[in-house]
Amino acid sequence: MKSILKKLKLNFTSPFWVTAIPFGWLLLFFLIPFLIVLKISFSDLRFGLPPYAPLMEWTNEGLLIIKINLTNYTFIGTDSLYLFAYLDSLAIALLGTIGCLCIGYPMAYGIAKASPSKRTILLMLVILPFWTSFLLRVYAWIGILSPQGYINTLLIKLDLISTPLSLIDNTFATVLGIIYCYLPFMILPLYAFLEKIDYALLEAAYDLGARPFQAFIRIIWPLSRPGVIAGSLLVFIPAVGEFVIPELLGGSQTLMIGKVIWNEFFTNRTWPVAAALAVIMLVFLILPIAIFQRYQEQRVRFLDAE
Amino acid sequence: MQNKLSPFLKTVVTFGYAFLYLPILTLIIFSFNSSRQVTVWQGFSTRWYTALLQDEALLKSLWISLQVAASAATLAVILGTLAAISLVRFGRFKGRGFFGILTTAPMIMPEVITGLSLLLLFVGLEQIIGWPHGRGIFTITLAHTTLCMAYVTIVVRGRLADMDVSLEEAALDLGARPIKVFITIILPIIFPALLSGWLLAFALSLDDLVIASFVAGPGSSTLPMVIFSSIRFGITPQINALATLIITTVAIGVMVAGWLMHRKK
Repeated sequence: MKSILKKLKLNFTSPFWVTAIPFGWLLLFFLIPFLIVLKISFSDLRFGLPPYAPLMEWTNEGLLIIKINLTNYTFIGTDSLYLFAYLDSLAIALLGTIGCLCIGYPMAYGIAKASPSKRTILLMLVILPFWTSFLLRVYAWIGILSPQGYINTLLIKLDLISTPLSLIDNTFATVLGIIYCYLPFMILPLYAFLEKIDYALLEAAYDLGARPFQAFIRIIWPLSRPGVIAGSLLVFIPAVGEFVIPELLGGSQTLMIGKVIWNEFFTNRTWPVAAALAVIMLVFLILPIAIFQRYQEQRVRFLDAE
Repeated sequence: MQNKLSPFLKTVVTFGYAFLYLPILTLIIFSFNSSRQVTVWQGFSTRWYTALLQDEALLKSLWISLQVAASAATLAVILGTLAAISLVRFGRFKGRGFFGILTTAPMIMPEVITGLSLLLLFVGLEQIIGWPHGRGIFTITLAHTTLCMAYVTIVVRGRLADMDVSLEEAALDLGARPIKVFITIILPIIFPALLSGWLLAFALSLDDLVIASFVAGPGSSTLPMVIFSSIRFGITPQINALATLIITTVAIGVMVAGWLMHRKK
């Protein structure tokens, strides 16, 4: 088997190019850009286009001068607004992840236990919103939550309240938006693991006198844990940098870091500060990304082996 | 063995689907409202659909988005397939682990970081080698290709891993050239994966606001960018009409695809 594979590898039309083309593309359009962000985060701000000063300069005597300045980082460190933006982003993303897990887990479990014909339809209904516009799904919530929105209109008509509740432009609406938009990302990996579980194990546990809750904690939960980890990271990591949801549902009081970077970049045109903020966010995310990658690699190895 | 769902579980599942679909339902219902005020129902009308067809800025941005999505999806399928073949069929070559990480990373990277870093790349490249000249449809396509390629690689990789290698081995043993093996054996088998990868990439590109906003230039606003700027001014029934059209198209597309796949089995 191994020798055949080896032959296959040797015979394949120049494997070098098959690998080099996508690899080169990713180096150029994914890896190098990060190094540029890192570089510009150490640059001076200047007026003009592009709004940053070069890091390296040749002097008249032919000397190469490399100027690294940390002013962007110290600036971020001294303004507590940025610190709060980071903390808020992490907290909101965490709340969103927990919310997704609370709704997504029973849903995935329910789908996994449905009859096969129903299962296909239920799964399709989870995937369908993912294919429609993200922006328009966030927009739908403006109509529901705003002071003149459906919920407030209904409650006022029923005489339950006299003045509209403030449901939008706050952290609550942002977390709700994240749960709504990222729910499919939680359900799909969870389902993948819950579906593989041999439910005869559960039957055996019941026969041996386990209570439903006990059986769940000791059998289903441990077996589905990889799905919980994958789904949580798939929600948490992009949610930390989310821009659209806090912008449309969070109002001016919700400062998530994605929004701050956007404003530094587009409104204040302080590119080096935006770059430094992005570098710091990436530092926060390196650990979760590494865990996700390890998990992904394990799952793929499992797939490759099959 | 089929366990019946407990009443608790049934309630949560029902609630979950209601949560996913009620907001979409409100969008659709109020797109047929004759009132300009989105939240007050005044009677059935299709006036917002007519208004939509006369909105030239919107139609122009739709055309730009479709062009970008079609080219980015095609490029992403080509690059993603090459990446998947290297990862699944070439054994443990040097740098494979790193390559594997690099192919999935664009998928989870926050869009703000991807968008910012690509813009800085394009600005830097233009300074140094004068290419790409300015920003617009071309730079958006490059950026979207990078994002979509990650998804295509995962889809195709799964399909290749499931595939029976003995067919390829037999063909190679019988003296077929690798390129012929690829065209006559591998390609037909992984074709459904390429198709769904292409559709996924197309939908992702059509949907992206953040990355496109960073790398777009003057006059190259995509559909999400135009929608976003009009949402910022408040809700309008016209956007509801647009949402209804998009959702209907996607729903029909997904159902047809699902039906075709089902029939094939």
